[in-house]
Amino acid sequence: MIKLFKLLLITLPFFCATTSFSDSVKLAVTTSFNNSGLSDILLPQIKSDTGLNIKLLVVGTGQAMRLGAAGDVDAILVHSPIAEENFIASGYGSHRREIMYNDYVIIGPRWDPANVRSSENVQEAFGSINRTSATFISRGDDSGTHKMELMLWKSSNFNPDDFGEWYKSVGSGMGASLNIGASLGAYILTDRASWLNFQNKSDLEILFQGDKLLFNQYSFIPINPIRHKHVKYKWTKKLENWLTSKTAEIMINSYKIDGQALFQFNAN
Amino acid sequence: MFPLIAENLVVEFKGQRILGPIGLNLSKGDIAVILGPNGSGKTTLLKSLHGIIKIKHGAISWSCPKSESMAKQMFVFQSPVMLRRSVFENLTYPLTLCKTPKAEINRLADEWVSRISLKEVIHIAATRLSRGEKQKLALARALITKPEMLFLDEPTASLDGKTTLEIEKLLQNCAENGTTIMMSTHDIGQAKRLAKNILFLNKGKLESTQPAQTFFREPMSNNASKFIAGDIVE
Amino acid sequence: MNDIWEGIVQALQLVYTLNPDLIEISVRSLKVTLSALALSAIIALPLAAVLAVKRFKFRRTIIALLNALMGLPPVVVGLLVYILLSRSGPFGVLDLLYTTTAMVIAQTIIITPLITSIAHQSLRELWSEYHDLLISMNTSHSQRIKTLLWDARRALLTASLAGFGRAIGEVGAIMVVGGNIDNATRVLTTAIALETSKGDFALALALGFVLILIAVVLNLGTHWLSKTESEGRW
Repeated sequence: MIKLFKLLLITLPFFCATTSFSDSVKLAVTTSFNNSGLSDILLPQIKSDTGLNIKLLVVGTGQAMRLGAAGDVDAILVHSPIAEENFIASGYGSHRREIMYNDYVIIGPRWDPANVRSSENVQEAFGSINRTSATFISRGDDSGTHKMELMLWKSSNFNPDDFGEWYKSVGSGMGASLNIGASLGAYILTDRASWLNFQNKSDLEILFQGDKLLFNQYSFIPINPIRHKHVKYKWTKKLENWLTSKTAEIMINSYKIDGQALFQFNAN
Repeated sequence: MFPLIAENLVVEFKGQRILGPIGLNLSKGDIAVILGPNGSGKTTLLKSLHGIIKIKHGAISWSCPKSESMAKQMFVFQSPVMLRRSVFENLTYPLTLCKTPKAEINRLADEWVSRISLKEVIHIAATRLSRGEKQKLALARALITKPEMLFLDEPTASLDGKTTLEIEKLLQNCAENGTTIMMSTHDIGQAKRLAKNILFLNKGKLESTQPAQTFFREPMSNNASKFIAGDIVE
Repeated sequence: MNDIWEGIVQALQLVYTLNPDLIEISVRSLKVTLSALALSAIIALPLAAVLAVKRFKFRRTIIALLNALMGLPPVVVGLLVYILLSRSGPFGVLDLLYTTTAMVIAQTIIITPLITSIAHQSLRELWSEYHDLLISMNTSHSQRIKTLLWDARRALLTASLAGFGRAIGEVGAIMVVGGNIDNATRVLTTAIALETSKGDFALALALGFVLILIAVVLNLGTHWLSKTESEGRW
């Protein structure tokens, strides 16, 4: 018993958790962005080009904005234009810089009970799903993807509050939601990048794509230093410059999975 | 610290009076034995005089401040309470409480463990001893700090003859060395062997206090006579 | 079933090749949990002893509260700690959010009621055994607490291991206050959550098996070092 105590005492210093965060930038990004795998490619390059340590917090858009508003992160990278405008108007974000875009796709089971494959546009696709009461997974977490989904239902004149049991609001990130979709053989709206990088595709495949309403813009918003004095504004500026640079353009445009590009750089 | 004086001592349990009113006087050097049938309140009397049971009415006073008197008394329980430690650690526990230096602790431990013939098992877990061995250890543990007052509650109940004799010898020895003793017992023979004074207790009341020889020759209370004769006292 | 088998194989591979990422998050898991355990034990064990030994007005309320807190969902604790440590919160200036320190704080809050409750049970039992003896020996409160803590050390170790188990497998709170940041606050459980959400079940399971392995090794090692099973030892 004494032996154990002595061992603990000797090793105690090693167990003291350390924290050193001096020269790092806290960036909150959406699960869609992270699940694409792009951040794993970009971060090391950012480190070697700018010397910045990016601490990536992968959360939903709603939570990212909450963290930004509280000043707990230095910048956010999200994909929900209307919410972003509000964020800046409220004084939390200093400005909005578009970085890249991709598109949303409708994923569903191979056997396609709602015949989404033959839809002409996204309203028809959503209409078929509603009509056949096919199982549909909604992010339900106030994320950019969730907001897009709600907007699409609205544009088809549907109100999700009236939907029956087939409409499942799971309140989870992109990956978790896709997992549920895979195990239930359900329809789900997802961004292309998350889908391509998803490893549990099971019986799901892309059933609808291409409608211009499915355009998905990612933007970078630094937190307003007037609102939160402690944010590392100089470094977020550096990060912003890198994200809109030629290097970033090349890296983002050439990031492919199975020969398909996931994002299209569109910063100016 | 002597004499110990109890006046109108009353103890209650769940609203019922179980002991008293009792008045008694214990002087230095006495060996007072409390006799009485089961349930007469012997344990309660001992524990309340020692101070580990709350009294309802009355007063118990030593002729020195409470803090002093508490430090100079020891109690041996009917069922020995062993710490979950070795024989050595149990024996020397009271010494560690008053921060006795290590060399002195070892010396006293050596001396006492031989006196109670537990030298072979000195580092064994005390909980593994037989009941008799535990009781001897409890007694040695009580005596190792040379207390001025020793209370014992039926110390040799359910022990074999050999161990009983060993314990009685130890008690006589410590009485000779100046420790005042108050104990209860069921064993009339033991009372005859050890007591200087006998207190006869029945149904929570102290029926008589007499010197030992007088008690056995001419007991003051009828119940005492019955008890000595071996009859059941109701 | 395929995933489980794949997971086992991957787990063995990761361990055998001493995969650096695995080592990094495993060491961090242990650092965070063991720090939380140490802090917790320092608070919980003496608290449990005080609750067992001292009689005071709110004792029962505190014990009931502790038992209730054991059922507190860890993610709720995480949220509360987040709010406190947030830049917009009272302790924001300390800049502790998204650090392993914040994770240690959250886990300490989670496991302290558990360790206190379990330890208190054993200490209470031991106290009822020792009660008369220790009071009779005129021990101070701190002497009683020290004696109890030492004699109950094996049960306290069990309580601590229970706390360890709760903490090492915890994911909700540390996700919120730590942020699962790669190379900074990512630990085994948050990595498992991440890989699961990416759909890489085999890797998630592999990490899970490594976690179980670590817990088993630690438990076995602790019991071996303290020789819990050897005869006659307390």
